[in-house]
Amino acid sequence: MSSPAIQAKRPALGWTVHDALIIARATIVASFRIPEALFFQLIQPVIFVLLFAYVFGGAIPIPGAEPGSAADASLYRQYLMPGIFGQTVAFAAAASTVGLAEAMQRGIIDRYRALPMSQPAVLLGNTLANALRQILVLTVLSITGFIVGWRINDGILNAIYAYLLLLLFAYTVTWVGAFVGLSVPNTETANTAGLIWIFPLTFLSNAFVPITSLPGWLQWFAAFNPISSLVQATRELFGNPTGAPTDFWTLNNAALYTVISCVVVIAIFAPLAVRKYRTAASK
Amino acid sequence: MHHSGVLSCLVTSDYAVEAHGLVKEFGDVKALNGIDLVVPRGQVVGLLGPNGSGKTTTVRILATLLKATAGSAKVAGFDVAKQADEVRRSIGLTGQYAAVDEFLTGRENLAMFGGLFHLDKNYVATRADELLEKFDLSDAANRPAKTYSGGMRRRLDLAASLIARPGILFLDEPTTGLDPRSRIGLWNVITELVAEGTTVLLTTQYLDEADQLADDIVVIDHGKVIAHGTSSELKDQIGGDRLEITLDNPDQAANAISALAPIVSGEATMDDSRYSAPVSGGSPVLIEAVRALDAQHIGVADIGLRRPTLDDVFLTLTGHGAEEDERPEPSTSKRGRRGGRR
Ligand SMILES: Nc1ncnc2c1ncn2[C@@H]1O[C@H](COP(=O)(O)OP(=O)(O)OP(=O)(O)O)[C@@H](O)[C@H]1O
Ligand SMILES: [Mg+2]
Repeated sequence: MSSPAIQAKRPALGWTVHDALIIARATIVASFRIPEALFFQLIQPVIFVLLFAYVFGGAIPIPGAEPGSAADASLYRQYLMPGIFGQTVAFAAAASTVGLAEAMQRGIIDRYRALPMSQPAVLLGNTLANALRQILVLTVLSITGFIVGWRINDGILNAIYAYLLLLLFAYTVTWVGAFVGLSVPNTETANTAGLIWIFPLTFLSNAFVPITSLPGWLQWFAAFNPISSLVQATRELFGNPTGAPTDFWTLNNAALYTVISCVVVIAIFAPLAVRKYRTAASK
Repeated sequence: MHHSGVLSCLVTSDYAVEAHGLVKEFGDVKALNGIDLVVPRGQVVGLLGPNGSGKTTTVRILATLLKATAGSAKVAGFDVAKQADEVRRSIGLTGQYAAVDEFLTGRENLAMFGGLFHLDKNYVATRADELLEKFDLSDAANRPAKTYSGGMRRRLDLAASLIARPGILFLDEPTTGLDPRSRIGLWNVITELVAEGTTVLLTTQYLDEADQLADDIVVIDHGKVIAHGTSSELKDQIGGDRLEITLDNPDQAANAISALAPIVSGEATMDDSRYSAPVSGGSPVLIEAVRALDAQHIGVADIGLRRPTLDDVFLTLTGHGAEEDERPEPSTSKRGRRGGRR
């Protein structure tokens, strides 16, 4: 053989980051090459905003405003937007599920696994890309919200914290999504399995209705649901209405509980996903 | 049948690939049932078998993608189970289905895989251009792979596995689903790589492909090696050449059989005007046969010696043809082409 390939030297962790960034870059570039998919990913939350703002708007009373009044409708939109932010980042998981299931089925995972690269980097890169893509989604969503009357009321710094919290949450659920994507037998199942657990989680939360409007045991579930604390924290950080206060520690320390939940979920699902990745025999 | 040369039996490093008693069970399915296999350095070994015989499973174990249930294997001198990273640095793998990122361009794919191979960026850029040129993909280099034809995708896939100039290449059914022209194009590329010193283990269900490319052929069925040797050794296993004659006039069949009886070495068959019988002794037999028939005024439309094809080998060894399979298979792309006769 002619001249051997040049292999640069670097410590193992350095290679993991290097490989993860290559995968993340490829994943993001690829997603911009499917404009339809990107379009629908962006349009879906926008439709949600319009639907809730104009269709269901007045139906849900917000404390502090005369029911049915213009002030009430405006308050509801203020209240609603963080809910839609929370719901939207939760759906980031589905992209990981479908993306990895497709990669498995197409055999590209086989190629990665036959390379002397860091294997967890495939998942690190994929989850990172899907979380980063949420920056674009959150931007579009924020602009839409602004148009229908949503405002950032508590300073730019707190707003940045809110966005960071949303991105951390997006990154967390993409690990769950990755695990699901590596566990399903094919892409058809991935399309369903990717969403099926997110819907109940987002609706059994305070994203769209105050938690106190839920029946007793569901209140408990919703209170410990990290989406509720994420939405609560986001409402507080954006200075949007939070609804009536509750006795739940998780909601009274919403940002803290959200961060703890994210750390715990990543600590559980990242190793699970990596193990699944190692053992999964792609067809 | 075995690899010639005392030396190659003693010095194990002569083998790029060495597998002993590979067994792989998927639950109840025993995909491999004790595969022994060696690929001498610089040679091409063809793993030939019908659908479901265990070709892909064998390659996946050797490429460190699967762990064998039992048995051991060394690739480039490294244990596939214990030294996966070293093995991965030494091999290129082209799987049965083209595994490239559909949405990245050909060049981006090569750059990505080069990066993941931890190669120098400038080296990868040069190498990518070289490979795109070699595989006739320069014009399509900046188009997403999604827009490529099946043949182009296959070539890109092969290019991707060559980015780090691996010394050992695994090709799982490299030409399945390609049209004859792309197929021959790919054969040429493989031949070139071998000329440059690459060791190749390729799987195929096409007998002519193994015949064309492989120095050595390992025939497997139901996860077991059922024959092993060079193409001509395998052909000898089912008997030597056959004398085949097409008569001008089928009515002279009986005359022809008796006229040729002293020349041929076994029982003759007659199918309409086509005569066939085993012979030994090569081409001189042909001249004797022509003389004998001429003496009896028997007209001949066509006469020739036919070496048995690997198709015949397969039929003899397994009791079924290479490409007929008991399992129904929806995919039509991998069948429909018979092993060539020449
Ligand atoms: N992941 C798996 N789970 C269960 N059974 C499997 C798995 N992979 C392969 N098998 C079975 O193992 C056997 C050998 O499969 P393999 O893919 O190695 O065959 P092959 O020779 O490559 O066939 P083909 O020509 O169709 O590609 C088949 O019976 C197949 O069904
Ligand atoms: Mg196969």
